[in-house]
Amino acid sequence: MKKVISSALVGTLSLGIAFGVSAGPVEDQAAFQKYYENKFPDTPTADFANGVYSILPTAREQWEAIEEFPPYEIAIEAGEAFYNKTFANGKSLADCFGPDGAVRNQYPKWDSDRGMVVTMELAINECLTANGEKPLKYKKGKITEVTAYMSFNSRGQEVDVKIPSDDPRALAAYENGKEHFYTKRGQLNFACADCHMLTAGNLYRADTTSPGFGHGTHWPVYRSKWQSMGTLHRRFGGCHKNIRANPYKAQGEEYRNLEYFVTYMSNGLTFNGPGARK
Amino acid sequence: MKKELLSAMLISALVSPLAIADAVKQGKEIAWSRKKGNCLTCHMMDDGQQTGNSGPPLMAMKARYPDRAKLRQQIWDPTKRNPLTNMPPFGRNKILTEAEIDAVVDYLYSL
Ligand code: HEC
Ligand code: HEC
Repeated sequence: MKKVISSALVGTLSLGIAFGVSAGPVEDQAAFQKYYENKFPDTPTADFANGVYSILPTAREQWEAIEEFPPYEIAIEAGEAFYNKTFANGKSLADCFGPDGAVRNQYPKWDSDRGMVVTMELAINECLTANGEKPLKYKKGKITEVTAYMSFNSRGQEVDVKIPSDDPRALAAYENGKEHFYTKRGQLNFACADCHMLTAGNLYRADTTSPGFGHGTHWPVYRSKWQSMGTLHRRFGGCHKNIRANPYKAQGEEYRNLEYFVTYMSNGLTFNGPGARK
Repeated sequence: MKKELLSAMLISALVSPLAIADAVKQGKEIAWSRKKGNCLTCHMMDDGQQTGNSGPPLMAMKARYPDRAKLRQQIWDPTKRNPLTNMPPFGRNKILTEAEIDAVVDYLYSL
Protein backbone atom coordinates (compact mmCIF):
# COMPACT_ATOMS: atom_id res chain seq x y z
CA MET A 1 0.00 0.00 0.00
CA LYS A 2 2.75 2.39 1.00
CA LYS A 3 4.52 1.60 -2.22
CA VAL A 4 1.41 2.31 -4.25
CA ILE A 5 1.00 5.66 -2.58
CA SER A 6 4.59 6.66 -3.00
CA SER A 7 4.73 5.74 -6.67
CA ALA A 8 1.52 7.67 -7.21
CA LEU A 9 3.11 10.59 -5.47
CA VAL A 10 6.24 10.38 -7.56
CA GLY A 11 4.03 10.48 -10.62
CA THR A 12 2.07 13.48 -9.46
CA LEU A 13 5.06 15.37 -8.24
CA SER A 14 7.29 14.83 -11.20
CA LEU A 15 4.50 15.71 -13.60
CA GLY A 16 3.90 18.81 -11.54
CA ILE A 17 7.52 19.79 -11.76
CA ALA A 18 7.81 18.87 -15.41
CA PHE A 19 4.96 21.19 -16.29
CA GLY A 20 6.05 23.88 -13.88
CA VAL A 21 2.84 23.78 -11.88
CA SER A 22 3.14 24.96 -8.35
CA ALA A 23 2.02 28.55 -8.38
CA GLY A 24 -1.73 28.04 -8.76
CA PRO A 25 -4.61 27.41 -11.14
CA VAL A 26 -3.81 30.29 -13.50
CA GLU A 27 -0.27 29.06 -14.03
CA ASP A 28 -1.46 25.43 -14.21
CA GLN A 29 -3.88 26.35 -16.93
CA ALA A 30 -1.32 28.22 -19.02
CA ALA A 31 1.20 25.36 -18.75
CA PHE A 32 -1.47 22.75 -19.51
CA GLN A 33 -2.71 24.46 -22.64
CA LYS A 34 0.81 25.21 -23.83
CA TYR A 35 1.76 21.57 -23.46
CA TYR A 36 -0.89 20.53 -25.99
CA GLU A 37 -0.21 23.45 -28.29
CA ASN A 38 3.45 22.38 -28.44
CA LYS A 39 2.62 18.70 -28.80
CA PHE A 40 0.14 19.31 -31.62
CA PRO A 41 1.50 22.36 -33.45
CA ASP A 42 -0.81 21.74 -36.44
CA THR A 43 -3.96 22.09 -34.33
CA PRO A 44 -5.35 25.62 -34.06
CA THR A 45 -6.03 26.25 -30.37
CA ALA A 46 -9.80 26.66 -30.74
CA ASP A 47 -9.98 23.27 -32.44
CA PHE A 48 -9.09 21.35 -29.29
CA ALA A 49 -12.80 21.62 -28.49
CA ASN A 50 -13.27 18.87 -31.08
CA GLY A 51 -11.57 16.19 -29.04
CA VAL A 52 -9.65 13.48 -30.83
CA TYR A 53 -10.73 14.89 -34.21
CA SER A 54 -8.60 17.96 -33.56
CA ILE A 55 -5.52 15.80 -34.03
CA LEU A 56 -6.73 13.04 -36.39
CA PRO A 57 -7.36 14.34 -39.92
CA THR A 58 -8.41 10.92 -41.21
CA ALA A 59 -11.11 10.28 -38.63
CA ARG A 60 -12.18 13.88 -38.88
CA GLU A 61 -13.70 13.46 -42.33
CA GLN A 62 -15.92 10.63 -41.14
CA TRP A 63 -16.90 12.67 -38.13
CA GLU A 64 -17.81 15.70 -40.23
CA ALA A 65 -20.03 13.47 -42.36
CA ILE A 66 -21.74 12.22 -39.19
CA GLU A 67 -22.23 15.78 -37.98
CA GLU A 68 -24.28 16.52 -41.09
CA PHE A 69 -27.01 14.24 -39.80
CA PRO A 70 -26.23 14.48 -36.12
CA PRO A 71 -27.19 11.43 -34.07
CA TYR A 72 -28.00 13.73 -31.14
CA GLU A 73 -30.73 15.63 -32.97
CA ILE A 74 -33.56 13.51 -31.57
CA ALA A 75 -32.21 14.08 -28.09
CA ILE A 76 -32.29 17.85 -28.57
CA GLU A 77 -35.95 17.69 -29.62
CA ALA A 78 -36.93 15.43 -26.74
CA GLY A 79 -34.99 17.70 -24.41
CA GLU A 80 -36.85 20.76 -25.63
CA ALA A 81 -40.19 19.11 -24.93
CA PHE A 82 -39.09 18.08 -21.44
CA TYR A 83 -37.65 21.52 -20.80
CA ASN A 84 -40.96 23.22 -21.54
CA LYS A 85 -43.22 20.66 -19.90
CA THR A 86 -45.11 22.13 -16.97
CA PHE A 87 -44.54 20.53 -13.61
CA ALA A 88 -47.45 19.53 -11.37
CA ASN A 89 -47.00 22.90 -9.63
CA GLY A 90 -47.39 24.79 -12.90
CA LYS A 91 -43.74 25.76 -13.22
CA SER A 92 -41.11 24.32 -15.57
CA LEU A 93 -37.35 24.10 -16.01
CA ALA A 94 -37.60 27.46 -17.75
CA ASP A 95 -38.40 29.01 -14.37
CA CYS A 96 -34.95 27.91 -13.19
CA PHE A 97 -32.85 28.38 -16.32
CA GLY A 98 -34.62 30.99 -18.46
CA PRO A 99 -36.67 30.61 -21.63
CA ASP A 100 -34.05 28.70 -23.67
CA GLY A 101 -31.76 27.19 -21.05
CA ALA A 102 -28.66 28.73 -22.60
CA VAL A 103 -26.71 28.64 -19.34
CA ARG A 104 -23.93 26.18 -20.20
CA ASN A 105 -21.18 28.70 -19.50
CA GLN A 106 -22.35 29.08 -15.88
CA TYR A 107 -21.28 25.51 -15.05
CA PRO A 108 -19.45 23.92 -13.41
CA LYS A 109 -19.54 26.64 -10.78
CA TRP A 110 -18.38 27.09 -7.25
CA ASP A 111 -21.24 27.50 -4.80
CA SER A 112 -19.73 29.26 -1.81
CA ASP A 113 -22.89 29.00 0.28
CA ARG A 114 -22.68 25.23 0.23
CA GLY A 115 -18.95 24.93 -0.31
CA MET A 116 -19.24 22.63 -3.33
CA VAL A 117 -18.96 22.45 -7.10
CA VAL A 118 -22.33 22.57 -8.85
CA THR A 119 -22.57 21.07 -12.35
CA MET A 120 -25.35 21.68 -14.84
CA GLU A 121 -26.76 18.17 -14.32
CA LEU A 122 -26.86 18.67 -10.57
CA ALA A 123 -28.56 22.06 -10.97
CA ILE A 124 -31.21 20.50 -13.23
CA ASN A 125 -32.04 17.84 -10.67
CA GLU A 126 -32.12 20.39 -7.88
CA CYS A 127 -34.59 22.43 -9.90
CA LEU A 128 -36.73 19.34 -10.42
CA THR A 129 -36.77 18.25 -6.79
CA ALA A 130 -37.30 21.81 -5.52
CA ASN A 131 -40.48 21.79 -7.59
CA GLY A 132 -41.64 18.43 -6.34
CA GLU A 133 -40.59 16.50 -9.45
CA LYS A 134 -38.55 13.29 -9.57
CA PRO A 135 -34.79 13.70 -10.19
CA LEU A 136 -33.22 12.17 -13.32
CA LYS A 137 -30.51 9.50 -13.50
CA TYR A 138 -27.10 11.03 -14.10
CA LYS A 139 -25.35 8.94 -16.74
CA LYS A 140 -27.74 8.47 -19.64
CA GLY A 141 -31.35 8.84 -20.71
CA LYS A 142 -33.51 11.91 -19.99
CA ILE A 143 -30.70 13.91 -18.40
CA THR A 144 -28.75 13.81 -21.69
CA GLU A 145 -31.79 15.03 -23.58
CA VAL A 146 -32.25 18.06 -21.35
CA THR A 147 -28.54 18.87 -21.38
CA ALA A 148 -28.38 18.31 -25.15
CA TYR A 149 -31.09 20.94 -25.58
CA MET A 150 -29.51 23.38 -23.15
CA SER A 151 -25.99 22.85 -24.54
CA PHE A 152 -27.21 23.27 -28.10
CA ASN A 153 -28.75 26.61 -27.19
CA SER A 154 -25.49 27.56 -25.49
CA ARG A 155 -23.23 26.81 -28.43
CA GLY A 156 -20.63 29.49 -28.93
CA GLN A 157 -20.38 30.49 -25.27
CA GLU A 158 -16.85 30.68 -23.93
CA VAL A 159 -15.63 28.20 -21.34
CA ASP A 160 -14.87 30.41 -18.36
CA VAL A 161 -14.81 28.38 -15.16
CA LYS A 162 -14.01 30.50 -12.14
CA ILE A 163 -12.11 29.58 -8.98
CA PRO A 164 -12.97 32.38 -6.58
CA SER A 165 -9.85 33.47 -4.74
CA ASP A 166 -11.79 34.51 -1.65
CA ASP A 167 -12.83 30.94 -0.81
CA PRO A 168 -10.01 28.51 -0.03
CA ARG A 169 -12.47 25.60 -0.32
CA ALA A 170 -12.82 26.32 -4.05
CA LEU A 171 -9.08 25.99 -4.50
CA ALA A 172 -9.16 22.78 -2.47
CA ALA A 173 -11.85 21.33 -4.76
CA TYR A 174 -9.76 22.27 -7.77
CA GLU A 175 -6.64 20.72 -6.22
CA ASN A 176 -8.59 17.55 -5.50
CA GLY A 177 -9.65 17.30 -9.16
CA LYS A 178 -6.13 18.01 -10.28
CA GLU A 179 -4.67 15.34 -8.05
CA HIS A 180 -7.21 12.89 -9.41
CA PHE A 181 -6.18 13.67 -12.99
CA TYR A 182 -2.49 13.04 -12.34
CA THR A 183 -2.67 10.09 -9.92
CA LYS A 184 -2.21 6.53 -11.13
CA ARG A 185 -4.99 4.18 -10.03
CA GLY A 186 -6.71 0.92 -10.75
CA GLN A 187 -5.25 -2.52 -11.28
CA LEU A 188 -3.75 -1.33 -14.57
CA ASN A 189 -2.14 1.61 -12.81
CA PHE A 190 -3.07 4.51 -15.08
CA ALA A 191 -3.59 8.19 -14.49
CA CYS A 192 -5.91 10.20 -16.72
CA ALA A 193 -2.80 12.15 -17.64
CA ASP A 194 -1.03 8.98 -18.84
CA CYS A 195 -3.51 8.55 -21.69
CA HIS A 196 -4.79 12.06 -22.26
CA MET A 197 -1.60 14.03 -21.71
CA LEU A 198 1.68 12.11 -21.89
CA THR A 199 0.52 9.73 -24.63
CA ALA A 200 -2.36 11.79 -26.03
CA GLY A 201 -2.60 11.01 -29.73
CA ASN A 202 -1.10 7.53 -29.33
CA LEU A 203 -2.93 4.42 -30.35
CA TYR A 204 -4.29 2.06 -27.73
CA ARG A 205 -5.28 -0.81 -29.97
CA ALA A 206 -7.47 0.93 -32.51
CA ASP A 207 -8.28 3.96 -30.31
CA THR A 208 -6.36 7.19 -30.40
CA THR A 209 -6.55 9.05 -27.09
CA SER A 210 -7.80 12.62 -27.20
CA PRO A 211 -5.95 15.58 -25.72
CA GLY A 212 -7.18 16.45 -22.21
CA PHE A 213 -7.38 20.06 -23.41
CA GLY A 214 -10.97 20.15 -24.68
CA HIS A 215 -12.45 17.42 -22.51
CA GLY A 216 -15.12 19.63 -20.97
CA THR A 217 -16.66 21.43 -23.94
CA HIS A 218 -19.03 19.16 -25.84
CA TRP A 219 -21.28 17.25 -23.46
CA PRO A 220 -23.49 15.30 -23.62
CA VAL A 221 -22.08 13.05 -26.33
CA TYR A 222 -23.64 10.55 -28.70
CA ARG A 223 -21.08 7.78 -28.72
CA SER A 224 -21.31 5.14 -31.43
CA LYS A 225 -19.86 2.54 -29.10
CA TRP A 226 -22.65 3.21 -26.59
CA GLN A 227 -25.29 3.56 -29.29
CA SER A 228 -26.70 6.27 -27.06
CA MET A 229 -26.05 9.58 -25.38
CA GLY A 230 -23.98 9.86 -22.25
CA THR A 231 -22.82 12.49 -19.78
CA LEU A 232 -19.26 13.45 -18.94
CA HIS A 233 -19.48 11.49 -15.71
CA ARG A 234 -20.57 8.39 -17.61
CA ARG A 235 -17.37 8.76 -19.62
CA PHE A 236 -15.26 9.24 -16.48
CA GLY A 237 -16.72 5.98 -15.17
CA GLY A 238 -15.98 4.23 -18.47
CA CYS A 239 -12.32 5.29 -18.41
CA HIS A 240 -12.09 4.10 -14.82
CA LYS A 241 -13.52 0.71 -15.71
CA ASN A 242 -11.04 0.42 -18.56
CA ILE A 243 -8.16 0.70 -16.15
CA ARG A 244 -9.94 -1.63 -13.71
CA ALA A 245 -10.48 1.05 -11.10
CA ASN A 246 -13.77 1.36 -9.26
CA PRO A 247 -15.76 4.16 -10.85
CA TYR A 248 -16.98 6.86 -8.50
CA LYS A 249 -20.61 7.90 -8.30
CA ALA A 250 -21.82 10.16 -11.10
CA GLN A 251 -22.29 13.63 -9.60
CA GLY A 252 -20.56 12.61 -6.38
CA GLU A 253 -17.95 14.98 -5.01
CA GLU A 254 -15.00 13.22 -6.64
CA TYR A 255 -16.30 13.52 -10.22
CA ARG A 256 -17.68 17.02 -9.69
CA ASN A 257 -14.23 18.15 -8.57
CA LEU A 258 -12.65 16.32 -11.51
CA GLU A 259 -15.06 18.11 -13.87
CA TYR A 260 -14.16 21.40 -12.19
CA PHE A 261 -10.47 20.83 -12.91
CA VAL A 262 -10.91 19.40 -16.41
CA THR A 263 -13.25 22.18 -17.55
CA TYR A 264 -11.14 24.91 -15.96
CA MET A 265 -8.20 23.58 -18.00
CA SER A 266 -10.29 24.21 -21.13
CA ASN A 267 -11.05 27.85 -20.32
CA GLY A 268 -10.93 29.97 -23.46
CA LEU A 269 -12.36 27.26 -25.72
CA THR A 270 -15.96 27.39 -26.89
CA PHE A 271 -18.83 25.24 -25.65
CA ASN A 272 -19.93 23.11 -28.62
CA GLY A 273 -22.18 20.41 -27.22
CA PRO A 274 -23.84 18.13 -27.79
CA GLY A 275 -21.12 16.14 -29.51
CA ALA A 276 -20.67 12.96 -31.50
CA ARG A 277 -17.81 10.56 -30.94
CA LYS A 278 -16.79 7.13 -32.15
CA MET B 1 27.11 -19.07 -14.13
CA LYS B 2 27.93 -22.71 -13.81
CA LYS B 3 24.81 -23.23 -11.75
CA GLU B 4 22.66 -21.49 -14.33
CA LEU B 5 24.08 -23.59 -17.11
CA LEU B 6 23.45 -26.69 -15.11
CA SER B 7 19.87 -25.78 -14.41
CA ALA B 8 19.34 -24.84 -18.02
CA MET B 9 20.61 -28.25 -19.04
CA LEU B 10 18.43 -29.86 -16.44
CA ILE B 11 15.39 -28.00 -17.68
CA SER B 12 15.99 -28.90 -21.28
CA ALA B 13 16.49 -32.49 -20.25
CA LEU B 14 13.26 -32.52 -18.29
CA VAL B 15 11.10 -30.37 -20.50
CA SER B 16 10.54 -31.76 -23.92
CA PRO B 17 10.64 -29.44 -26.95
CA LEU B 18 6.93 -30.11 -27.24
CA ALA B 19 6.31 -28.72 -23.78
CA ILE B 20 8.26 -25.57 -24.61
CA ALA B 21 6.27 -25.11 -27.78
CA ASP B 22 3.18 -25.48 -25.66
CA ALA B 23 4.34 -22.83 -23.23
CA VAL B 24 5.06 -20.46 -26.12
CA LYS B 25 1.62 -21.05 -27.53
CA GLN B 26 0.04 -20.55 -24.13
CA GLY B 27 2.13 -17.43 -23.57
CA LYS B 28 0.95 -16.02 -26.86
CA GLU B 29 -2.67 -16.60 -25.92
CA ILE B 30 -2.17 -14.87 -22.59
CA ALA B 31 -0.25 -11.98 -24.13
CA TRP B 32 -2.83 -11.42 -26.84
CA SER B 33 -6.00 -11.93 -24.82
CA ARG B 34 -7.82 -8.68 -24.03
CA LYS B 35 -8.77 -10.11 -20.65
CA LYS B 36 -5.22 -11.10 -19.75
CA GLY B 37 -2.06 -9.40 -21.04
CA ASN B 38 -3.64 -7.32 -23.78
CA CYS B 39 -0.09 -6.38 -24.77
CA LEU B 40 -1.23 -5.52 -28.31
CA THR B 41 -3.00 -2.49 -26.87
CA CYS B 42 0.39 -0.85 -26.69
CA HIS B 43 2.93 -3.04 -28.49
CA MET B 44 3.47 -4.21 -32.02
CA MET B 45 4.48 -7.83 -31.73
CA ASP B 46 4.52 -10.93 -33.84
CA ASP B 47 1.81 -10.84 -36.52
CA GLY B 48 -0.69 -9.01 -34.27
CA GLN B 49 -3.20 -6.77 -36.02
CA GLN B 50 -4.58 -3.41 -34.87
CA THR B 51 -1.81 -2.89 -32.41
CA GLY B 52 -1.28 0.31 -30.47
CA ASN B 53 1.92 2.30 -30.34
CA SER B 54 2.28 3.52 -26.79
CA GLY B 55 5.00 0.98 -26.09
CA PRO B 56 7.97 -0.01 -28.28
CA PRO B 57 7.69 -2.90 -30.76
CA LEU B 58 8.63 -6.20 -29.11
CA MET B 59 11.14 -8.10 -31.21
CA ALA B 60 14.48 -9.87 -30.90
CA MET B 61 13.73 -10.17 -27.22
CA LYS B 62 16.31 -12.86 -26.47
CA ALA B 63 19.08 -10.84 -28.05
CA ARG B 64 17.98 -7.69 -26.27
CA TYR B 65 17.28 -9.30 -22.92
CA PRO B 66 19.86 -12.07 -22.48
CA ASP B 67 19.04 -11.93 -18.77
CA ARG B 68 15.62 -13.56 -18.53
CA ALA B 69 15.07 -12.21 -15.01
CA LYS B 70 15.31 -8.66 -16.30
CA LEU B 71 12.67 -9.27 -18.92
CA ARG B 72 10.44 -10.92 -16.37
CA GLN B 73 10.90 -7.97 -14.01
CA GLN B 74 9.83 -5.57 -16.80
CA ILE B 75 6.50 -7.40 -16.97
CA TRP B 76 6.13 -8.05 -13.27
CA ASP B 77 6.59 -4.37 -12.38
CA PRO B 78 7.71 -1.96 -15.08
CA THR B 79 7.41 0.97 -12.66
CA LYS B 80 10.65 -0.26 -11.06
CA ARG B 81 12.54 0.85 -14.14
CA ASN B 82 10.35 3.85 -14.89
CA PRO B 83 7.92 5.05 -12.21
CA LEU B 84 6.02 7.11 -14.79
CA THR B 85 5.54 4.33 -17.31
CA ASN B 86 2.00 3.61 -18.41
CA MET B 87 2.70 -0.10 -18.73
CA PRO B 88 0.65 -1.94 -16.10
CA PRO B 89 2.48 -3.85 -13.32
CA PHE B 90 1.22 -7.30 -14.30
CA GLY B 91 2.78 -9.16 -11.38
CA ARG B 92 2.65 -6.59 -8.60
CA ASN B 93 -1.03 -5.84 -9.25
CA LYS B 94 -1.84 -9.51 -9.87
CA ILE B 95 -3.17 -8.90 -13.36
CA LEU B 96 -1.43 -12.13 -14.39
CA THR B 97 -0.39 -15.06 -12.20
CA GLU B 98 3.28 -15.95 -11.76
CA ALA B 99 2.83 -18.97 -14.06
CA GLU B 100 1.14 -16.83 -16.71
CA ILE B 101 4.01 -14.34 -16.59
CA ASP B 102 6.48 -17.20 -17.09
CA ALA B 103 4.55 -18.35 -20.14
CA VAL B 104 4.51 -14.81 -21.54
CA VAL B 105 8.29 -14.61 -21.09
CA ASP B 106 8.66 -17.94 -22.94
CA TYR B 107 6.60 -16.44 -25.73
CA LEU B 108 8.60 -13.19 -25.79
CA TYR B 109 11.80 -15.23 -26.05
CA SER B 110 10.43 -16.80 -29.21
CA LEU B 111 10.05 -13.39 -30.88
C1 HEC C 1 -5.84 3.58 -20.74
C2 HEC C 1 -6.13 4.81 -21.36
C3 HEC C 1 -7.07 5.80 -20.70
C4 HEC C 1 -7.11 6.25 -19.40
C5 HEC C 1 -6.21 5.91 -18.23
C6 HEC C 1 -8.16 7.23 -19.34
N1 HEC C 1 -8.76 7.34 -20.56
FE1 HEC C 1 -10.20 8.69 -21.07
N2 HEC C 1 -10.30 7.86 -22.93
C7 HEC C 1 -9.50 6.84 -23.42
C8 HEC C 1 -9.90 6.52 -24.77
C9 HEC C 1 -9.25 5.45 -25.67
C10 HEC C 1 -10.99 7.34 -25.08
C11 HEC C 1 -11.79 7.39 -26.39
C12 HEC C 1 -11.08 8.22 -27.42
C13 HEC C 1 -11.07 9.67 -27.05
O1 HEC C 1 -10.17 10.06 -26.29
O2 HEC C 1 -11.97 10.42 -27.43
C14 HEC C 1 -11.20 8.21 -23.91
C15 HEC C 1 -12.15 9.23 -23.84
C16 HEC C 1 -12.25 10.14 -22.80
C17 HEC C 1 -13.10 11.31 -22.81
C18 HEC C 1 -14.04 11.72 -23.94
C19 HEC C 1 -13.34 12.62 -24.89
C20 HEC C 1 -14.28 13.21 -25.92
O3 HEC C 1 -13.81 14.04 -26.73
O4 HEC C 1 -15.46 12.92 -25.91
C21 HEC C 1 -12.91 11.96 -21.61
C22 HEC C 1 -13.58 13.24 -21.15
C23 HEC C 1 -11.94 11.19 -20.87
N3 HEC C 1 -11.55 10.09 -21.62
C24 HEC C 1 -11.47 11.52 -19.60
C25 HEC C 1 -10.65 10.70 -18.84
C26 HEC C 1 -10.34 10.94 -17.44
C27 HEC C 1 -10.81 12.15 -16.64
C28 HEC C 1 -9.57 9.90 -17.03
C29 HEC C 1 -9.10 9.57 -15.66
C30 HEC C 1 -10.11 9.42 -14.66
C31 HEC C 1 -9.33 9.05 -18.19
N4 HEC C 1 -10.02 9.55 -19.25
C32 HEC C 1 -8.53 7.93 -18.19
C33 HEC C 1 -8.45 6.24 -22.74
C34 HEC C 1 -8.14 6.46 -21.41
C1 HEC D 1 -0.81 0.41 -21.73
C2 HEC D 1 0.43 0.22 -22.34
C3 HEC D 1 1.17 -1.08 -22.25
C4 HEC D 1 0.71 -2.38 -22.12
C5 HEC D 1 -0.72 -2.87 -22.03
C6 HEC D 1 1.89 -3.21 -22.11
N1 HEC D 1 3.01 -2.44 -22.22
FE1 HEC D 1 4.92 -3.11 -22.32
N2 HEC D 1 5.62 -1.17 -22.42
C7 HEC D 1 4.82 -0.07 -22.47
C8 HEC D 1 5.67 1.11 -22.55
C9 HEC D 1 5.18 2.55 -22.63
C10 HEC D 1 7.00 0.66 -22.54
C11 HEC D 1 8.26 1.51 -22.64
C12 HEC D 1 9.05 1.44 -21.37
C13 HEC D 1 8.61 2.38 -20.31
O1 HEC D 1 7.57 3.05 -20.41
O2 HEC D 1 9.31 2.47 -19.29
C14 HEC D 1 6.92 -0.80 -22.46
C15 HEC D 1 8.04 -1.61 -22.44
C16 HEC D 1 7.98 -3.00 -22.50
C17 HEC D 1 9.12 -3.86 -22.59
C18 HEC D 1 10.57 -3.40 -22.68
C19 HEC D 1 10.80 -3.16 -24.14
C20 HEC D 1 12.19 -2.74 -24.46
O3 HEC D 1 12.38 -2.43 -25.65
O4 HEC D 1 13.05 -2.75 -23.60
C21 HEC D 1 8.67 -5.16 -22.62
C22 HEC D 1 9.49 -6.41 -22.73
C23 HEC D 1 7.23 -5.10 -22.53
N3 HEC D 1 6.85 -3.77 -22.46
C24 HEC D 1 6.39 -6.20 -22.53
C25 HEC D 1 5.01 -6.16 -22.38
C26 HEC D 1 4.17 -7.32 -22.29
C27 HEC D 1 4.65 -8.75 -22.39
C28 HEC D 1 2.88 -6.86 -22.11
C29 HEC D 1 1.62 -7.65 -21.89
C30 HEC D 1 1.66 -8.73 -20.97
C31 HEC D 1 2.95 -5.41 -22.13
N4 HEC D 1 4.25 -5.03 -22.28
C32 HEC D 1 1.84 -4.59 -22.00
C33 HEC D 1 3.44 -0.03 -22.45
C34 HEC D 1 2.62 -1.14 -22.31
